[in-house]
Formats: sequence, structure tokens, C-alpha cells
Amino acid sequence: MAATVDMPALYEPSLFGTYSKKIGMWLFLLSDSLTFGALLYAYSYGRISTPNWPTPFHSESIVNATVMTAFLLTSSLTMVLAVRAAVDGNAKAQRLWLLATMACGLGFVLLHGREWSKLIAEGLTLPVFPKLPGHEAAGEFANVAKSVPQFPATFFGLTGMHMLHVTLGVIYLGIIALRRNFIPILLLCWLGAWLGTPAYSPFHYAAHVLLLAAIVCSVILWLKPKIYDAADVEVAGLYWHFVDLVWMFIFPLVYLMSAKIL
Amino acid sequence: MDTFQVAIAERVAEQHRHHGKSQFFWVWGALLGMTAVEVYLTYRNMQPVRMLTILMGLSLVKAALIIGYFMHMKYEVSRMKWLTMCSLVACLALMMIFFPDALRILSLGVK
Repeated sequence: MAATVDMPALYEPSLFGTYSKKIGMWLFLLSDSLTFGALLYAYSYGRISTPNWPTPFHSESIVNATVMTAFLLTSSLTMVLAVRAAVDGNAKAQRLWLLATMACGLGFVLLHGREWSKLIAEGLTLPVFPKLPGHEAAGEFANVAKSVPQFPATFFGLTGMHMLHVTLGVIYLGIIALRRNFIPILLLCWLGAWLGTPAYSPFHYAAHVLLLAAIVCSVILWLKPKIYDAADVEVAGLYWHFVDLVWMFIFPLVYLMSAKIL
Repeated sequence: MDTFQVAIAERVAEQHRHHGKSQFFWVWGALLGMTAVEVYLTYRNMQPVRMLTILMGLSLVKAALIIGYFMHMKYEVSRMKWLTMCSLVACLALMMIFFPDALRILSLGVK
């Protein structure tokens, strides 16, 4: 028989000196860093064990990737300013800095999408990608996909996983900043991405991630509507900085080490 | 929110107020500067192994700055710092066991 004791609840002090949702996010990030670690090691393994590893990134791609890096680094700055505003209780500044972070993240995704589309148009593709009409074995990298299939597999796997993380990060920040007002925006983005990309583009199908995210976020906001506090902003910030952190290894390892500067 | 949670939230807020905003701008500038150095090295056409060593060294410094300042790890209690970072480094280091195999594969297979 259960006995009830009438005494105030006693809690042990936190082992890590902080609140549980922050510790939870750190544990998630540690596990996610192993996922990215495995992908980076797979890319490096392929590179070491393949003598004729391609170097497809011309100066234009390097400039593009450098601007993407600047976008992510700037977004990290705006994110810490959002956390700072949240801690100071300045809701307006917090929302503005979060929106600035989202804008930088969106810029990163758009530039990355442009880079992918360019490479795919030049023949660097995966068997799972839709076939481009009228581009059969015509591009600069058509032979690369056949002779060194490890390159497109690891390149698209690694950068695709990172792009997915950035996209989900933008959605996460959108929910923190705008709550349920962000759902219609997300649905409009899905429609725009789906209808605005041709059927032979992988982004035409990847756009459905936005629809899936809109459904999941709607369910979460319906089940647990709340006003997000400074702790929520800080935890979202941890995720965002992690995405930035991973790119600090992808950028030199994938782009700079495979540059073809003439 | 109970008293304990309020106390922790206040402590975290105090940690954030402990340092000025200018520190974030300095870190951001350092990260951009190191990125510029990396891109400059790419245009120098250096020997790959030497370039990889420098790039990975710079990436580790950038990662430390992001984790320490932007992710606020520098201001966490030492138990949190050491347990999380040591476990992460140990797991990532274990993955390096595959690299000798990647080198060995070059001398195997059909010639």
C-alpha cells in the first residue's frame, strides 16, 4: 500500500549545475556529433583509399562556400545576441535577433542548394537522384560519378545531412520566435519550394521535409502550447551553434581540400 | 517553476551577464579571420598533407571558440565541461582505428 508523506519536495542538486533541458540538448548534440563524425571519417576514408580522388571545386565554388561560411558564423553571432536579449528579458530584441539568425540560415541553405544544382547539372549525381533531361553524360563530372562513386556518395551524404540540420534549425528558431504564427509561413515555404523547383531536381522531393515539419510542429504546439522563455532560446541556440560547428570541419575538409584553383 | 529551478535559471542568467557583448564580436571576428586564412591557403596550392594539418588545426581552434564562448561551455561547471568533452573526444578518436585500413587498401586489390 502506497503511503503519502506530507512534506515539501526535496530535489538533489543538479549533477551538472544547470537545468535538465539544457543537459538533454547537450546529450543529443554529443550523439549527433558522432553521426557527423562517422560521415566525416567515411569521407576521409574514401579520400585516403582512392588515388584519383576528384577535385571538382573551382574558384567560384570556393567563393560560394566561403560566403556560406560567413553566413553561418554571422548567424552564430546573432544567435548569442538573441540569447543575451532573452536573458535580459527584452522580447522584441530577442525576436529580431532570432529572425536575423533565421535569415542567415536561409541564405546558407539557398546558396548550398544553388551549389548542389550546379554540380548535378554538370553530371555529379547519385543513382537515387532523378535524371536530368538532355544532360546524359554531357557534364564536366559525368565520369566522376562512374569512376569514383565514393565521392558523390560521401559528398551528398555529408553535406545533405548538414543541410537538413540547418533547415530543421531554421524551423526550430521560427517556432521559438513566432510560435504558431510560423506554421502558415512554413506551409507557404513548402508550397514555394515544391512548385518552384523542377521535377528533376532532388529539392522538388526534399521540399516535403517542410510539410512534415509543419505537421510535427503543429502537433507539438497543439499538445503543449507555451511561451518560450530564455532557457528555451538558450537550448535552441546550442543546437544552432552545433550546426555552425560541424560546418567548420566540412568546409575545409570537403571544399578547400578538393579545390581546383587554376 | 520551483525554487531550485529558479535558482538555476538565475545562475545561468548571471553567467550570461558576466561578460560583455563585445566578447562575442571579438570571437566572431576571430572566426571570420581564421576562415579567411584557410581560404588564402587554398589559393597558395600547398602540399596536401601540410595544408590538411594547418586546416584541421585551425578548425579545432574554431571549434574550441564556438563551444567555449558561443555554446557557453567555458562558464559551465567543470564536471559538465570535462565529462562531455572527454567522452566526445574519446569516441571520435576511436573512429580513427579505420584509417590504417584506408591506407592498406591502396596496396591491395586488382592491379
